[in-house]
Amino acid sequence: MKDNLIQYILGIADNSLILGQRLGELTGHGPAPEIDIAITNISLDLFGQVRSYFQYAAQLSDKDITEDDIAFLRTEREYVNVLLVEQPNTDFGYVITRQFLFDQFHYLLLSALQQSTDATMAAIAKKSIKEVSYHKRFSADWMKRLGDGTKESNQRVQQAVNDLWGYTNELFMLTDADKQAIAEGIGVDVTLFKKEYYENVAAILEEATLEVPTQAFFQKGGKEGVHTEHMGYLLADMQYMQRTYPGMKW
Amino acid sequence: MSDKKEQKKNWPLWEVFVRSKNGLEHRHFGSLHAADAAMALENARDVYTRRNEGVSIWVVESKHITASNPEHNGELFEPANDKVYRHPTFYDLPDEVKHM
Amino acid sequence: MSEKEIKNLEEIFDQKIARDEKIEPKDWMPEKYRQTHIRQMSQHAHSEIVGMLPEGNWISRAPSLRRKVALLAKVQDEAGHGLYLYSATETLGVSREELYEQLHSGKAKYSSIFNYPTVTWADIGAIGWLVDGAAIINQVPLCNTSFGPYARAMVRVCKEESFHQRQGYEIMLTLSKGTKAQKEMAQDALNRWWWPSLMMFGPTDDKSTHTAQSMKWKLKRKTNDELRQQFIDQTVPQAEILGLSIPDKDLKWNEERKSYDFGEINWDEFWQVVKGHGPCNRERLQTRVNAWENGAWVRDAAMAYAEKNAERKIKKAV
Repeated sequence: MKDNLIQYILGIADNSLILGQRLGELTGHGPAPEIDIAITNISLDLFGQVRSYFQYAAQLSDKDITEDDIAFLRTEREYVNVLLVEQPNTDFGYVITRQFLFDQFHYLLLSALQQSTDATMAAIAKKSIKEVSYHKRFSADWMKRLGDGTKESNQRVQQAVNDLWGYTNELFMLTDADKQAIAEGIGVDVTLFKKEYYENVAAILEEATLEVPTQAFFQKGGKEGVHTEHMGYLLADMQYMQRTYPGMKW
Repeated sequence: MSDKKEQKKNWPLWEVFVRSKNGLEHRHFGSLHAADAAMALENARDVYTRRNEGVSIWVVESKHITASNPEHNGELFEPANDKVYRHPTFYDLPDEVKHM
Repeated sequence: MSEKEIKNLEEIFDQKIARDEKIEPKDWMPEKYRQTHIRQMSQHAHSEIVGMLPEGNWISRAPSLRRKVALLAKVQDEAGHGLYLYSATETLGVSREELYEQLHSGKAKYSSIFNYPTVTWADIGAIGWLVDGAAIINQVPLCNTSFGPYARAMVRVCKEESFHQRQGYEIMLTLSKGTKAQKEMAQDALNRWWWPSLMMFGPTDDKSTHTAQSMKWKLKRKTNDELRQQFIDQTVPQAEILGLSIPDKDLKWNEERKSYDFGEINWDEFWQVVKGHGPCNRERLQTRVNAWENGAWVRDAAMAYAEKNAERKIKKAV
């Protein structure tokens, strides 16, 4: 049961870890320093959540491990984030679209997770949801600015929506760990708000004068540890110090 | 969707006022750039309240502020210098009078 | 205005500063005062913004989650400080876009220290400890400088910056107490950052052209050499606590001066980097230019959206 809870935690926390890592790559490279600061804030929020989840997971574990062991010392196949969050920062349109598609999901997830029978998970959700409400507003506002901005911005962000759309369905797939956690009252059944998610997303896309993609082909695999080719490079970067200098304190 | 590439406009400047806690007035904290009021608020939150500095934010586009001209400082402010009767210490009362 | 009138205004202006009164943006000021402040403040702002890059280089590779969030927050602060300083500069009637243009065209300078590469994690520690340490010494007196907006921006900057140096020193401390490899990494970083940090205080007093004027306007309170000495005197004992050695064979305590004597700075290197031929000058500038140019469509979109929204509001009202 404990092992399952750890696995369930990773399923939530890895999304924040990998997205936080992607956003961290942008610091210093944003379209304006004001936006740079905002994006870094989101990254910091996500890493803060990651630390709460991983510290809890480390505490649950029978092994003598820390948050950093969990963050840095797994193999690629052991990371269970969705494919969406590992997609690269192709341009600001992709950055915002990736954020928007994730934030809308993240918010619904945390809303439900606040009712978890596991007190720690409920507490983390309660704290995080305030941050994520802000992320959600930020990314939705930017979707509208880019969608309903200039012709160029509309085309660029539409392209990003089309390209990233195929990664949304995976958000609602249940792993074995999910199913068991749901049965125990700890986990959230994300399939219950799938419809709401797509409705909310569609409403904002419409307001942003963007088209809702109609494609029916979706990618999956992240939740089972089978990632896109981008992931290996992200991990090579992220794990570099821990791999090069094993067992040291920093 | 009209694309007006030629007349490129930069984000205007906004002034940021922050109330650091209830009971205190909003104080000028600084300025920033934003395309519109909503963004100015978001940016102000991220730029000026990263360390828990505020409970309320006002933003106003800088161009809407009318400032007095320092060259007129003499006529504007100096006449108040000698109106000492506006201050309580102008009035002599015996020490025995309390609570006044 | 006649020459005599201007001279008269200048005298009043100088007296005001001598009395420690602040100059505010709309007050009359000599043209040279305005230009010097635009130059120095924007240079300072550019340094913050370019300064994000060498440290930003290690965000994705920070060795622990704790170090990663600290570094993110620090680099983010630098963006904030750049913003405070750009805003203060803008009060003198120059736009942010003009300031960027000056940076991107190479016309404006920024602190040369950021033209050195961060090659190991220990460099992040060394930058926090030495570069921020030197910056604080340069900056604290500016909290009392004569130009109001600059002084106010610096008060905020100094307040926020106090964690930066501690963050760096803590990294160095952890490394120097760590394994042999870590200690070597720390020593190597100190070796590479020590001299460039000393150069941050600028040329020696006899070669410095601006000092007298800057002193009068309270852009400076102490000379370059005095500040450099202060930095060395406070840093050497900190290095001893780390058990690291300062890479200067001429460094020794002078009992008479109650200060450290130190070796000759390589001024050829200093001027080479200032003139644009440091290890990273081209890259740093190009990175800033790219960020700005790649962001143009985003900024334009936000502006177009804001205008459309404003029109929609008017239509609704009618």
